[in-house]
Amino acid sequence: MLYAILCYHDENVVTGWSKAEDDAVLEKRKRVAQELVEKGRMGPAIRLMPTSAATTLRSSGGEQLVLDGPFAETKEQLLGFYIVECDNLEEVVEFGKRLKEGETCTFEIRPLRLFEKGVLPQTAKAAP
Amino acid sequence: MTETSWIEAVLTGARPQAMGALLRYFRDLDRAEEAFQEACLRALKTWPLKGPPRDPAAWLIFVGRNAALDAVRRDSRNTALPPDEVISDLGDAEADMAERLDDSHYRDDILRLMFICCHPDLPATQQVALALRIVCGLTVAEIAHAFLVNERAMEQRITRAKRRVSAADVPFAAPDAAARAERLAAVAAMLYLLFNEGYSASGGEAHVRAPLCDEAIRLARLLLRLFPAEPEIMGLAALMLLQHARTPSRLDADGGIVLLEDQDRRLWDRDKIAEGLALIEKALRHRRPGPYQLQAAIAALHARAERPEDTDWQEINLLYQMLERYQPSPIVRLNRAVAVFKVQGAQAALLLIEPLEERLSSYFYFHGVRGALLKELGRHEEARISFDKAIALARTPAEAAHIRQHIDRLSAKGNTDTRTKSA
Repeated sequence: MLYAILCYHDENVVTGWSKAEDDAVLEKRKRVAQELVEKGRMGPAIRLMPTSAATTLRSSGGEQLVLDGPFAETKEQLLGFYIVECDNLEEVVEFGKRLKEGETCTFEIRPLRLFEKGVLPQTAKAAP
Repeated sequence: MTETSWIEAVLTGARPQAMGALLRYFRDLDRAEEAFQEACLRALKTWPLKGPPRDPAAWLIFVGRNAALDAVRRDSRNTALPPDEVISDLGDAEADMAERLDDSHYRDDILRLMFICCHPDLPATQQVALALRIVCGLTVAEIAHAFLVNERAMEQRITRAKRRVSAADVPFAAPDAAARAERLAAVAAMLYLLFNEGYSASGGEAHVRAPLCDEAIRLARLLLRLFPAEPEIMGLAALMLLQHARTPSRLDADGGIVLLEDQDRRLWDRDKIAEGLALIEKALRHRRPGPYQLQAAIAALHARAERPEDTDWQEINLLYQMLERYQPSPIVRLNRAVAVFKVQGAQAALLLIEPLEERLSSYFYFHGVRGALLKELGRHEEARISFDKAIALARTPAEAAHIRQHIDRLSAKGNTDTRTKSA
């Protein structure tokens, strides 16, 4: 089965780490992740940029709103995500709007850094 | 990371929110600081045993407030109780904690905490020192080290600044939109001062003091999380990220300055550049340009150029012209002269800066730029005079060494372009 591991932490704390502290955490993570890399079972690893770089797409009365900042409600749950490559914010916003056309869901657009491309074979089994 | 350093990172992260709330309760900087210190001491004792609380800032506010109230009660046996309005919002503290202080509440707390450091009577360095002490929680020794003064002098400076701030009318009422915008602008200016103190030291040996830049960026990100739709704050954060991304390549192995076009661009911090570009893109969507956004847009053009010759100087020149409209200043014009030199040549650039001589005669960089332009035009003797003036005005050994290089090249007659690549 394919699993996502979603990482949560206090941004106030993490953005306060020195480079050495940050590197130490990543180094440790990488060591553990290596186990799955060797077995060919490691998917992509991603670090999202700080929420200050986020943009949110929300529907309101049939209109699509583009708002600055992350999605901050607690009523909804994170149900999935896409990783896409676009030239700029304009392009990804337009794509996001088309993707959620006619739906009431909210998309949060967050620039990211791809740490590891991952080594999963095409045949890796997702949940049925 | 050891356990204490984890806890310290959490305390540092929670500090602006906790201090901001404690200041609102007690309306007294010293009392708020004491309360926060006490809460930190208790955190260091109890967190290793019980683990950190779910909301560290709320925990620190609650514990700090109670500790300080105990102290007030102890004192009150000897002195009269302070009037109610001095200790405000004491209501039901536990219920308050359960509420976990929503964002809209504490964002004004944090803004106020930063804003009181921007008192117009305080000279720039005192504003920055006070912010480092109160908002960032750096020790006096650390701040003294960053400013290259002795600890006693810094202690006095901060005490004086605090006294000045306490005497001033600290605005405790929730600000309206106009007042909030005013506070944001003042805080943004202070953060940029803090950043520049780290980026281009005003004296002493260390030319780059990266930790001050990191603090400024951390606070700008925090401000942006509280006020996510402010394009100028996005611009400020982007500007600092894009400039600081170049830090690893700004000095050579001997601590000498490496000019932008000689820097090894592979050393630039790609993460910071990516975040800076993302932020400036977001800001420009608002179509409400301002000085920070324009400067960030200029920095972005440098960041995007893989090689110096790929730099879009035409666009940079245009952006500087717009910046001059918002911020008419001889410094901005001097910076534009570099773009004009690239686009129209040394003669045009020289014409642009000649009228600035009177106002910038004591500015190191003016004579450096003027010297470089004169050298370019083959006017070597005048160039040497300008470089001599620049050396006399240099604030750091790195600045002086940088100009001396130019002079050495002038001495090597006939070699008009002996610039070596610095790694």
